[in-house]
Amino acid sequence: MNVLNFVQAFFSDSAHWQGYDGIPSRFAEHVQYTLLALAVAAAIGLPVGLLTGHTGRGGNAIAVVANAARALPSFGLLVLSVLLIGFGLLPVMIPLVVLAVPPILVTTYEAVRTVDPAPVDAARGMGMPESGILFRVEVPVALPLILSGLRSAAVQIVSTATIAAYVSLGGLGRYVIDGLYQRNYEKVVGGATLVAVLALITLALFRAVERFAVSPGVRRR
Amino acid sequence: MNGFFDIPSDLQHSWAGLIGVHLREALLPVAAGLLLALPLALLCNRYRWLYPPVLGVTTVLYAVPSLAFFVVLIDWTGQTELTVMIPLALYSLVVLVPAIADGVRSVPDETLSAATAMGFGPVRRYLQVQLPIAAPAIIAGLRVATASSISLVSVGALIGNQGALGNLMAAAQKYDRPELAANAVLTTAVLAVLCDAALVALRRALTPWMPRSGRQRNTAPGEELLTKGAAR
Repeated sequence: MNVLNFVQAFFSDSAHWQGYDGIPSRFAEHVQYTLLALAVAAAIGLPVGLLTGHTGRGGNAIAVVANAARALPSFGLLVLSVLLIGFGLLPVMIPLVVLAVPPILVTTYEAVRTVDPAPVDAARGMGMPESGILFRVEVPVALPLILSGLRSAAVQIVSTATIAAYVSLGGLGRYVIDGLYQRNYEKVVGGATLVAVLALITLALFRAVERFAVSPGVRRR
Repeated sequence: MNGFFDIPSDLQHSWAGLIGVHLREALLPVAAGLLLALPLALLCNRYRWLYPPVLGVTTVLYAVPSLAFFVVLIDWTGQTELTVMIPLALYSLVVLVPAIADGVRSVPDETLSAATAMGFGPVRRYLQVQLPIAAPAIIAGLRVATASSISLVSVGALIGNQGALGNLMAAAQKYDRPELAANAVLTTAVLAVLCDAALVALRRALTPWMPRSGRQRNTAPGEELLTKGAAR
């Protein structure tokens, strides 16, 4: 039996397509965890990154925070927060958010900080308020990089949200964890394939958003 | 905290022993990934058409959760350290191939022409000119790979106590002793920070011509790789 046979067997079994343990509902759960974690991480990382990038201050503090967050193992944080808080959605969100904040924060900071100073000075010279400079000059120019930070955060959340199943939640990790304990490789491989597919969909979505949101003048560079 | 270093005997290791196992399981794969990535990146730069498909394959591999990799590999390598190390080597490869390929490609043409004019063959030029100039980018890649690897070893606890410090987390659940989980998280984080510091020191030693101030460091080539994340 090779891996492709497992994949084929998993997806052709009609029992895997319906009910609360069916692919559609597990897929929806996984997407839900991903969106929630990404939203929280973006709500933390984006404002801080934009502000520090705009003022150019606090870069060292950001590097320290990001490095520390990156050093924390996701799986360990999950187990620790479950032991301390109990089962539920919150202990799963903690490691996912800790995982996603550094890439968003650091790229946003770097993106805004490295914007060409000439247009920024021009905008300031024309009397634009600081908020206008940030949102109408710096953010449009920095958008491709900011989106790339969000994208790598999203892909990592998708792949890491598998561990939610370890603490009794749903999501596509259910197939991997259940398959492990039931010695059902078909399920494991099927679940892994679905996670990889969701990650690729995420990449494609971000590619589309980038095409739609980034100004043509910036893209041509 | 009481019993912070009181490791349950079924783990068959002391705290220091677990650290040793953890470092071995985390760093050997990074070294293997580096050894594989060097020739692969060379090939990608020699034959440009090879680069997009290699990047595509590695992106897909990177999206597969580590646990799924472990479980599938059990079929071939059993519940051993090797089962944990093979996926980690793949993840390192995924980070390192673009880091090395982009770093080597960013070497200016004049430098290469000068080396050729001085009689360097392609292999010697790669080893003695391109790699040293690309060192900051390569080490930036190594930093990401190392941090990710150290964090991911813990997941090995799920396939039968192959997770080194991660086994402490399993034990923390089994015996309801949160302090063991705290110990595992903190120790892993400290290991990651120390390895990162060692790599930064290595970069400084390898590239004495680079400015040392923190501000310059942020804009070093390849450093943007660090904005790629570390764990899953």
